[in-house]
Amino acid sequence: MLRWLPENISTFGQGVDTLFSAIYYITLIVLILVMATLIIFLIKYRHQEGKKATYIEGSTTLEIIWTAATTVIVFVLAMFSYPQWNKIKSPNQFPENPDVVVQVSGKQFNWDMTYPGPDNEFGTDDDLDLENELHVPRNAVVHIRLTSQDVIHSFFVPQLRLKQDALPNRFINVWFEATKAGRYEIPCAELCGFGHSEMRGYLNVHEQTDYDAWVQERWPQEAEGGQ
Amino acid sequence: MHDNEHTSHHEESFLRKYVFSLDHKTIGKQFLIYGLIMFFLGGGLALLFRWKLAYPEKPLPIIGVSQQYLDEGEVVTGADRMWERIYESDEEEWLELYMPAGVMTDAFYNMLFTMHATVMVFFVIVPILVGAFGNFLIPLMIGTRDMAFPILNMLSFWFAVLAAIIMMAGFFVPGGHAAAGWTGYTPLSADAQWTGVEWGQILWGLSLFVQGLSSLVGSINYITTVINMRAPGMTFFRLPLVIWSLFIVAVLLLLAFPVLSSAIVLLVFDRLAGTTFFTATAEGGGDPLLWQHLFWFFGHPEVYILILPGMGIASELIPVFSRKPIFGYRSMVYAMIAIAFLGWIVWGHHMFQSGMRPGLGSIFMTTTMLIAVPSAIKTFNWLGTMFRGSIRFTAPMLHGIAFVSMFVIGGLSGIYMANTPVDVYIHDTYFIVAHIHYVVFGGSLFAVFGGIIFWFPKMYGRYMNDVLSKIHFWLTFIAFNCTFFPMHILGVGGHRRRISNPLAEAVEVVTQEQTFADMNIFITMSAFTLGFAQLILVFNFFWSMYKGKTAEQNPWHVNTLEWEAPTPVPHGNFGQIPTVYRGPYEYSVPGEEADWTPQAQPEHAPATGGD
Repeated sequence: MLRWLPENISTFGQGVDTLFSAIYYITLIVLILVMATLIIFLIKYRHQEGKKATYIEGSTTLEIIWTAATTVIVFVLAMFSYPQWNKIKSPNQFPENPDVVVQVSGKQFNWDMTYPGPDNEFGTDDDLDLENELHVPRNAVVHIRLTSQDVIHSFFVPQLRLKQDALPNRFINVWFEATKAGRYEIPCAELCGFGHSEMRGYLNVHEQTDYDAWVQERWPQEAEGGQ
Repeated sequence: MHDNEHTSHHEESFLRKYVFSLDHKTIGKQFLIYGLIMFFLGGGLALLFRWKLAYPEKPLPIIGVSQQYLDEGEVVTGADRMWERIYESDEEEWLELYMPAGVMTDAFYNMLFTMHATVMVFFVIVPILVGAFGNFLIPLMIGTRDMAFPILNMLSFWFAVLAAIIMMAGFFVPGGHAAAGWTGYTPLSADAQWTGVEWGQILWGLSLFVQGLSSLVGSINYITTVINMRAPGMTFFRLPLVIWSLFIVAVLLLLAFPVLSSAIVLLVFDRLAGTTFFTATAEGGGDPLLWQHLFWFFGHPEVYILILPGMGIASELIPVFSRKPIFGYRSMVYAMIAIAFLGWIVWGHHMFQSGMRPGLGSIFMTTTMLIAVPSAIKTFNWLGTMFRGSIRFTAPMLHGIAFVSMFVIGGLSGIYMANTPVDVYIHDTYFIVAHIHYVVFGGSLFAVFGGIIFWFPKMYGRYMNDVLSKIHFWLTFIAFNCTFFPMHILGVGGHRRRISNPLAEAVEVVTQEQTFADMNIFITMSAFTLGFAQLILVFNFFWSMYKGKTAEQNPWHVNTLEWEAPTPVPHGNFGQIPTVYRGPYEYSVPGEEADWTPQAQPEHAPATGGD
């Protein structure tokens, strides 16, 4: 099962994958134990002539054991999950001073990417709008200001292990740091109409030098600005 | 001795007896047949869109044009002729709009999966589990003559019929049927401009509103009946577990459905009056997340409404065919109450990625994972019931065993989604599709099949054909797993749900290439097998109604009260209301000669039974 996971390319993705494998092995072991017990019981206690069932009403000890065991497993799993979840989604735990800030806005059926430009402010003349193409440098903290212009969309980059719904008239912040250069798809993960299936953008993770060159191409006069 | 004269000795008109019946047994059977008809409709919708998922660009078989027609314009099949005629006519034909040349449009695909889920949840599982089994079993198993409010009971069925008619009408209105998913997320569902769906969405809401009334009057009836009309000696802790489950579910329905109804009223206002409760505009307005909170506040208890009666039925089948008391009766009851209670405080787990405050996500994760505890208790108790039993592999028991094993898979896969960090990745992928089908099909429907075969002799006085039942079981069991297990793998691979064209799917094109396309074809083939296997059930059901082997009064040697009633059960159920002396699962009691001791059997008298 685990080998079907796409390659992870984000800094927090490894944590997600670790939890995924932990749950995978826990559930696999439980499944095997339960199924094996079931099959053994079905064979061993099948109806045989002259053999009667044994009258057993239950066992308080056993009930307490499996209630307690399940509760413990659940809480241990939860304990390991809280920090991981907060790392991905809680804005107060995002790495500060992002290297790149981009606004991503979903609309039927495209992703609009807006770069604030050298002044780092949205809504000014040096903004850059790109349709469906997101460019970021490798090993850099990227903050995404996520919104939508019509219905709910969901920003999903499988390789980043990142998914967040985009809501109209609201800005939701997410972050990531990509560790591998390449071109990755950004499908929409929330049903958004008849074009939902084909709605997708691309995340281009560049090496720093390539990214700098890309920035220089877009905003040439600011190349020496030292932002 | 015979106090039944006032109940059974007057002739009823045909209409009163078979159509607008007040008898709980007839209403139960009406709900069962209604549910089976809708089951075929809902399944048919699924098969239609499964074709699209396997062959996104290929015309459907039978109604689509042939390859020769596509390539050379040569008319070969009847379908080609039909399409020639449609293209020549000036009128906009229904088929041309949704399936030009037999290739489904994406818009129609969205309508199909929306309606598949809506039909299966609201018009199949709930009517069968709650409507059919609830009505048929509650008075019989608690030992009374009928429901507390027979007229409400009749209304509950006819409201459900009205709701189904309204829902089906949606396919034929301009703009087509609702296409925003069964969850109807706003703003997509709140404004026609986003989907092109005009009246379909409103009819969807109206129909669910009416179905809500049906559930409401039904549940009031169940609760009143169980509380007030139990036979002498039938204490709460002598109730069979299926009655406990139906009682708990009635409480859930009573409290949950009005939330959906209210949300639907607001949604219809949004569409018709521009109120923007569920959309945010620049001038202000409401919030799309409000809809999600309201929908899931209803929707999560609804999920347990779908599974609890299944657990109840399995808890009847397993002791009977293991000839043993249920293991830990009281803990089974408390576990169901715990599930019902937790069901109210987990709705946020559908909204981890929705933009809900992340801190809330952690809380909902904790409550959600806690559901594993009562679920584990129930599973271990079912296993404990089989332990040192004398297991009879009858067709109902096979379904009971399938219920347990499929519920285990469905329950375990739930832990992945409950875990917030893992959910970030698998949310809205096929993993969740696999999960819901393992719980609702693998769980509830296997219980339904088992329950139908088990209580058929009491319903119709005949057995269902055993060979056909077993063929149906094995085909369903195998095809079910072939259909839904691979969906876990698709989900882990990043295959999104609700997409119409998996060939253009993001991740698989990058990393998995052909494999996922092949898997989709395999799933579709299995789904068709699964669909056709159900024809065996329907044939068996209707054939056995007239031609099945005549059944004795208590063919499976069961303790509970419904088997004390004569077969076929007369109006008024029992000659004399039985008195209950013990719990429902006294099988293989030491010192007793027979391996069953009916609830109504007085102390120290030998079991006579009904053979």
